[in-house]
Amino acid sequence: MVNLTVNLGNNLVLNNPVMTASGTFGYGLEYDDFTDVDRLGGIIVKGTTLNLREGNAYPRLAETRQGMINAVGLQNKGVDYFCKNIYPQLLKYTKTKVIVNVSGSCIEDYVACAERVAALDHIPAIELNISCPNVKQGGMSFGTNPDMAGKVVEAVRKVYPKHLIVKLTPNVTSVVDIAKAAESAGADSVSLVNTFLSMAIDIKSRRPVLSTVTGGMSGAAIKPIALRMVWQVANAVKIPVVGLGGISSAEDAIEFIIAGASAIEIGTANFINPNIGNEVVDGIAAYLEANNMKDISELRGSLIL
Amino acid sequence: MHKRHSTDFSVVDIHSLSASCYQIVLKHPDTLPLVAPGQFVQVQLPDSANSFLRRPISIHDADFEANTLTLLIRKAGKGTELLSHVKVGDSVNLLYPLGNGFDLSLDKIGNNPLLIGGGVGIAPLYMAAKALKAAGANPKVLLGARNEADLLKKDDFAAITETECTTEDASFGTKGFVTDHVYMKGCVHQFTSIIVCGPMPMMRAIARVAEAENIPCQVSLENKMACGIGACLCCVTETTDGHNTCVCTQGPVFDSNDVKW
Repeated sequence: MVNLTVNLGNNLVLNNPVMTASGTFGYGLEYDDFTDVDRLGGIIVKGTTLNLREGNAYPRLAETRQGMINAVGLQNKGVDYFCKNIYPQLLKYTKTKVIVNVSGSCIEDYVACAERVAALDHIPAIELNISCPNVKQGGMSFGTNPDMAGKVVEAVRKVYPKHLIVKLTPNVTSVVDIAKAAESAGADSVSLVNTFLSMAIDIKSRRPVLSTVTGGMSGAAIKPIALRMVWQVANAVKIPVVGLGGISSAEDAIEFIIAGASAIEIGTANFINPNIGNEVVDGIAAYLEANNMKDISELRGSLIL
Repeated sequence: MHKRHSTDFSVVDIHSLSASCYQIVLKHPDTLPLVAPGQFVQVQLPDSANSFLRRPISIHDADFEANTLTLLIRKAGKGTELLSHVKVGDSVNLLYPLGNGFDLSLDKIGNNPLLIGGGVGIAPLYMAAKALKAAGANPKVLLGARNEADLLKKDDFAAITETECTTEDASFGTKGFVTDHVYMKGCVHQFTSIIVCGPMPMMRAIARVAEAENIPCQVSLENKMACGIGACLCCVTETTDGHNTCVCTQGPVFDSNDVKW
């Protein structure tokens, strides 16, 4: 038996390094029929904002080669609805860690939302989304400037004592600078990457496929770029790094861990195979055994240069 | 919420129905669970090199003795083109049954419903017509297509119940759109409700008539979706309550008055 347990610090211990990415796994409940949700290391639930958001107009989806572009725009019913109506349903998950992805359009909103989630005993961490490309105000604009990133993380840190993951956008010249700013401002860990700003055009109508013209690209096609960024950040910060971006197999996940990720998130691949998370857990365990490793920590950052 | 499954089916038949449409019959490895008229499946593509998301496809027919599901598919793009090349014996994974089917309770839709299908939109109506007939109702069917070749399954529908057709080029039935048929003109009041699935402009036109004439109308939407189970929130339609509502979990069947056209 290998030990897959991952301690990300500040009381966030995962039974294994595999989590599901926000916006691709609903609240976990949507997947109960298809996979043992509680067996995953963690589930990061849909992006939650202080107030209800209707999101963007349809169409919100463009399929690309080995990828997809979405323009959902953080549709959710707001944090109070989450606390009252959804949180109680999540108490049945006793082994996996339920993490809330928190987003906002101004610092005050992030803070107010994080404060409400802090009061929920069963939520050991939040993932602060300073990287959504699909909202007009806030979102990615906090994540593209180190000063802004530092300010929002610092403000949330003051009201949120539990584990604080900061989710980074790849749509910057130097993701390392943003990661360092988040670290300095008190983040317990960083996760990257969110989606790549992109677009698709319908050549029959010569119109954009998405209602918002541009959207965020995810899926297997982005994996090599995400991997490079995770490797760069893992070498630049002392806090744990959670890697994501196009992970679609155990092999992909193992690459991220070798590059320095302590944990990984699976996103778009959940849409194709709702059981992929648990298959990746098993695949990582099998790889460790085959390579005579007893603990996942032996693999982490083991890249040979 | 009904129990949904992820199952590897095997292809027992695949054949072309027209230049752009084909039919696949898929056999469950064991006992096919119950599926309702109007529900859909998310079909995993056989090769994910170019198109990789699942494709949402209406259930056309279910045979609970043979344990098979039948899907009618239009080659609308690379994914459905790819799927047209599967062979008998191939394995195809489905997530199913997804969404809410038609409300076919007779106290809701009455004894004289009209089922209208446009193009490949006829697919989910077949099970609905059979169910209504079995329940003792007197459904009528109106099928529309560009030409006779694209008029799918008209004989199968006619074998169940009274079926009328329209074609845009007058090659079969009444010339024009389904809205040009006498059923949708002077005779619309003989119907106690309407069930429609087809292209958006067609459904919009029919919803407008239904609203004006105060006839209950159910529409089956086919928005683009990634997950099919309420997680990605890509397939929303704007509903009259002011919200963006998931077609996959709250639909695909809606009361036409609830959709913001």
